[in-house]
Amino acid sequence: MPLDSHFTGQSFKSVGTRPLRPDGLDKVTGRAKYGADHNAPGQLVGRILRSPHAHALIKKIDTSKAEKLAGVKAVITAADLPDLTNGDQGMFDILDNCMARSKVFYDGHAVAAVAAVDARTAREALKLIKVEYEILPHVTEVDEAIKPKAPLLHKTCFTEGVEPKPTKPSNIAKRTEFGHGDVEAGFAEADFIVERNFKTEQTHQGYIEPHACVASVSPDGTGELWVCTQGHFIYRNHCAMLLGMDVSKLRVTSSEIGGGFGGKTHVWGEPVALALSRKANRPVKLIMTRDEVFRASGPTSATSIDVKIGVKTDGTITAGEATLRYSSGPYVGMWAELGAMTAFACYDLKNVKTVGHEVLVNTPKTAAYRAPSAPMAAFAVESVIEELAHKIGMDSVDFRIKNAAKQGTKSSYGPVYGPIGIGPALQAAKDHPHMKAPLGPNQGRGMACGFWFNFGGQTCTDLNVGIDGSVTLTVGTVDVGGSRASIALCVAEELGIPYASVKCLVADTGTLGHNDMTDGSRGTFSSSMAGIFAARNAITVCKERAAKMWEISVDDVTWEDGQAKATGGSHGNLAPLSLKEIAAAAGSTGGPIAGHAEIVADGAGVSFAAHIADVEVDPETGRSKIVRYTAIQDAGKAVHPTYVEGQYQGGAAQGIGWALNEEYVYGKDGRLQNAGFLDYRIPVCSDLPMIDTQILEIPNPNHPYGVRGVGETSIVPPLAAIANAMSNAFGVRMTHVPMSPPRVLKALEAAAKA
Amino acid sequence: MAVLVSTTVNGDTIEFACEPDETLLDALRNRMGLTGAKEGCGTGDCGACSIMLDGRLVCSCLVLGPEAQGREIETVEGMADGPVLHPLQRQFLDHGALQCGICTPGFLIAAKALLDKTPDPSEEEIRFGLAGNLCRCTGYDKIVRAVQDAAKEMRGA
Amino acid sequence: MAQNAATIFKQVTPMQYEAPETTKAAVALLAKAKGSTHVLAGGSDLLVRMKGGFIEPDLIVDIKRIKAMREVKKTAAGFSIGAAVPCAALSENKALVKAWPGVVEAANLIGSKQIQGRCTIAGNLCNAGPAADSVPAMVAAGAKAVIQGPKGKRTVAVEAIGIAPGKNSLKKGELVEAILLPARKPKSGDAYLRFIPRTEMDIAVVSCGVNLTIDGKGVVTSARVALGAVAPTVLLADAAARAIIGSKLDDAALDKLGAAASAACRPIDDKRGTIEFRTKVAAVLAKRAAKIAYRRAGGK
Repeated sequence: MPLDSHFTGQSFKSVGTRPLRPDGLDKVTGRAKYGADHNAPGQLVGRILRSPHAHALIKKIDTSKAEKLAGVKAVITAADLPDLTNGDQGMFDILDNCMARSKVFYDGHAVAAVAAVDARTAREALKLIKVEYEILPHVTEVDEAIKPKAPLLHKTCFTEGVEPKPTKPSNIAKRTEFGHGDVEAGFAEADFIVERNFKTEQTHQGYIEPHACVASVSPDGTGELWVCTQGHFIYRNHCAMLLGMDVSKLRVTSSEIGGGFGGKTHVWGEPVALALSRKANRPVKLIMTRDEVFRASGPTSATSIDVKIGVKTDGTITAGEATLRYSSGPYVGMWAELGAMTAFACYDLKNVKTVGHEVLVNTPKTAAYRAPSAPMAAFAVESVIEELAHKIGMDSVDFRIKNAAKQGTKSSYGPVYGPIGIGPALQAAKDHPHMKAPLGPNQGRGMACGFWFNFGGQTCTDLNVGIDGSVTLTVGTVDVGGSRASIALCVAEELGIPYASVKCLVADTGTLGHNDMTDGSRGTFSSSMAGIFAARNAITVCKERAAKMWEISVDDVTWEDGQAKATGGSHGNLAPLSLKEIAAAAGSTGGPIAGHAEIVADGAGVSFAAHIADVEVDPETGRSKIVRYTAIQDAGKAVHPTYVEGQYQGGAAQGIGWALNEEYVYGKDGRLQNAGFLDYRIPVCSDLPMIDTQILEIPNPNHPYGVRGVGETSIVPPLAAIANAMSNAFGVRMTHVPMSPPRVLKALEAAAKA
Repeated sequence: MAVLVSTTVNGDTIEFACEPDETLLDALRNRMGLTGAKEGCGTGDCGACSIMLDGRLVCSCLVLGPEAQGREIETVEGMADGPVLHPLQRQFLDHGALQCGICTPGFLIAAKALLDKTPDPSEEEIRFGLAGNLCRCTGYDKIVRAVQDAAKEMRGA
Repeated sequence: MAQNAATIFKQVTPMQYEAPETTKAAVALLAKAKGSTHVLAGGSDLLVRMKGGFIEPDLIVDIKRIKAMREVKKTAAGFSIGAAVPCAALSENKALVKAWPGVVEAANLIGSKQIQGRCTIAGNLCNAGPAADSVPAMVAAGAKAVIQGPKGKRTVAVEAIGIAPGKNSLKKGELVEAILLPARKPKSGDAYLRFIPRTEMDIAVVSCGVNLTIDGKGVVTSARVALGAVAPTVLLADAAARAIIGSKLDDAALDKLGAAASAACRPIDDKRGTIEFRTKVAAVLAKRAAKIAYRRAGGK
């Protein structure tokens, strides 16, 4: 649906204002209900037994003693979650990840579960389950896993995407390639070439709310699931398929969600809780501990990336090439593929080639994490871009502007760009006062840009006008950061009524048609689009009702400022009818007034950001502190600017944590050493400065109001911006993230010696 | 054997029974129905379960239920004065200092503890005063600003 | 399935919680206890270990109802800090802050404000973690632990309490009743610094406490230097102290101090830091802490 031309450059009434969110009061008073805050009558406590080994065959599981413990109502293993996936490899991987079958693939892999009357009994029951393992050699590192003699996770894994098919199995599950032009010819034209390898360690989304659900399955095959998720419809589909239930018979309600960042787009404990409930015929509440969250859910890929870029002395990039190896845990993913697609997306390149390798390792199944895979690729590419700018003596922002993609550019991953924000974002960075501010001792400044696709997807909304003319908007996209307010603003705008008259709710799966989950920065983009269309449908109905009330032709009715107006010479004396008046008369004009929309929200406008970071490093300890930070990003149209700023700030903070200290640390035994917030170090309040934001608005032509997704891109530039700041301060090129104090100190000392 | 505990929560006398090794957080949530305090980690690292215990800011996940005997507890549910929000609650809303909101109850309690002791804190004092509360959504910027403005309001400035 | 008559396993006996009101009663409970018994002071370590399933206590003796253990007393000999006094309360005692700023700062670096509302320096000491923040400061200060047990009272230097990671030297039935800090000598100062990757909430990767006294000319006449997280227990680094005694803390003395601090380290590589990093940064912290202590002693 195209951007309505009359919104270009025109001011909005509701959109762009900053009203309070509908869920706000509940959240500041402790009333909001999250995953663990719900209880069902007669509910049991569910707990999962997890593998202590990184890689092992399951020889035998003996649950008999646990079953006989007083208070235990169900014990399940993989046998209770049989394979019903019918050859769907992706679904089988989800199933196997939820409950290991013949093999455990990582420390924390689920092998059995119990439901008992209380937590103590459940804990005791887990101890009574005896699992016999045959420990296998394991591998957790990407570069180790691709070596010829590395332990194989799957003997049947022959790299997909390679012709001819490899003759030997390996841990490289899939190869993908993107690009255009002739990179070899491009490099031959270059005056300078920089080629480097970069590594990033595994990080976790780090949402503060652990996964939690209450599952209830009845013997008649119907079920209910209360769960914190980014996509309850997807959870429903996956759970129903894995349990052999009809999709329509499983009703899933999404709780308030205590953070997801991509990590709550995948089922883990939910099928297990449902299977426990089915076996016990009682509701089961299952809450992950923080330790389980780190060991068994979520992490992003660890990566090893080779980047090569050639440039002419005038600043023209002649070719860019990257080989990206991303760990995907024990099952094939599309993580390297996304890295390969995003790596050079900011630039207009004649010759570009990227190759992605999905690498299997004995770590938890990689999950999406905010602009998944893009931050690592941007770290590698933007570091080399900075280095090349210095090599040719050009300001690095100017260098980026010179090579930036623009409308009409064929992107490195294929499509041709429409109107995009990379040029304006870079120009805004160049012009920002931050760029000219003086630096203190031991401080450096760096910048980097970043890209994310954004996503649209299947979306469905219902709009119902109450008897008093107030409006209930029912959406199916989970609100992770204020989208209920933003969507309500758009609907208020379209209807021409105050924001306060629109109540936006997230419906359960029984109340609304299918919705894809809140990922790809699609929540506000897609549900506001569907909401606007639902509002237009409702307006059509209102005009018909007004025509009826006036006894005139509907062709003579228009809708303006929330009221029906009669047009044409003969109706000049008719007073406008407000939504309230039309709603009040609905009973006698045709019944309730509603509007619906079921769409595939195509055309999510791509998103670009530019970040500037000032970093201070203690040269004696290698400890870094971010002293100033600015995030600039294109929002298309900022529906609720405060919440847009919040997305920029939050993504930047996560990127800063990733850049400096966050990483999974595995022992030699393949066990995760830091499965808690004490040693998995996400930024605390005193670690960060204020994070300045600048919102750019380059309308997305595919949304009625020009909206683009804003949630993810802000995590893409920080890794590189901070690495570039360190490089600019000390002349050391940091190639390994996180840039933790020991790594920085080592680099500083090496530089001092050189 | 469950332990019978008599305590004061937000000014009300409450009696509850809990297991001797049950945390006060679990007792608040599961025995008293006060689910405002959240368990983000269970190990005192995230601050989502922050409460006041006899006037001191603590993580309720690191207190045993029976320890509450005869003590005074304040939780987020007691912050508002009837329908009137505490200035911190209102400033958090006005500033958009919450996104998912799971950390918000803990932040509000910790911020109140900070302002009770330090009515005119510097930005640094706010940041260090709230360092025991993890927020993964906001980057803390709007939280710090909300606390600054609440402090100003509470000082009557 | 489990509700039939064939149920053979019964639930384990739940833990017992006791909150005696006198030290004598606490000692009696500990002395006669069988199984896994733990003293609950602040609980900020004990409950974490319970949550992780590392310990399953049969008995917990909460000492916070013992009035004497909740007090900070100023005596002619110095200060007596009850074992149940939360670290946050130490920073509220102006006399203590003035006399032993390093110890108070160290105690208020443990965890967060929330943790400091609960944790105690006696608990920090008895947990015998090599990275315990308050311990190097206490060792440098020459603090002593008052121990009560079935055989009566004994007082030992705090460095005698921790004997291995997680292991203390207390005997069956014993508990620490109070920590004693000496009276402050004139022209003295102490300081504690730790290295953590973040600004708060971390366990020390390496840490150092320094306590020193100077004469009228600014010459260091006595000093104690303690290092944390660089050995199985907190180290009293005599050589490091000797490096600055007799000096005015000039650069040469500081370099010697740093070298001696590094030389004393016997660290391990673990998730929090490397041998190389800990050894290097021990020197940096020793020098920085010594400078702060020196300034606090009135040195220039």
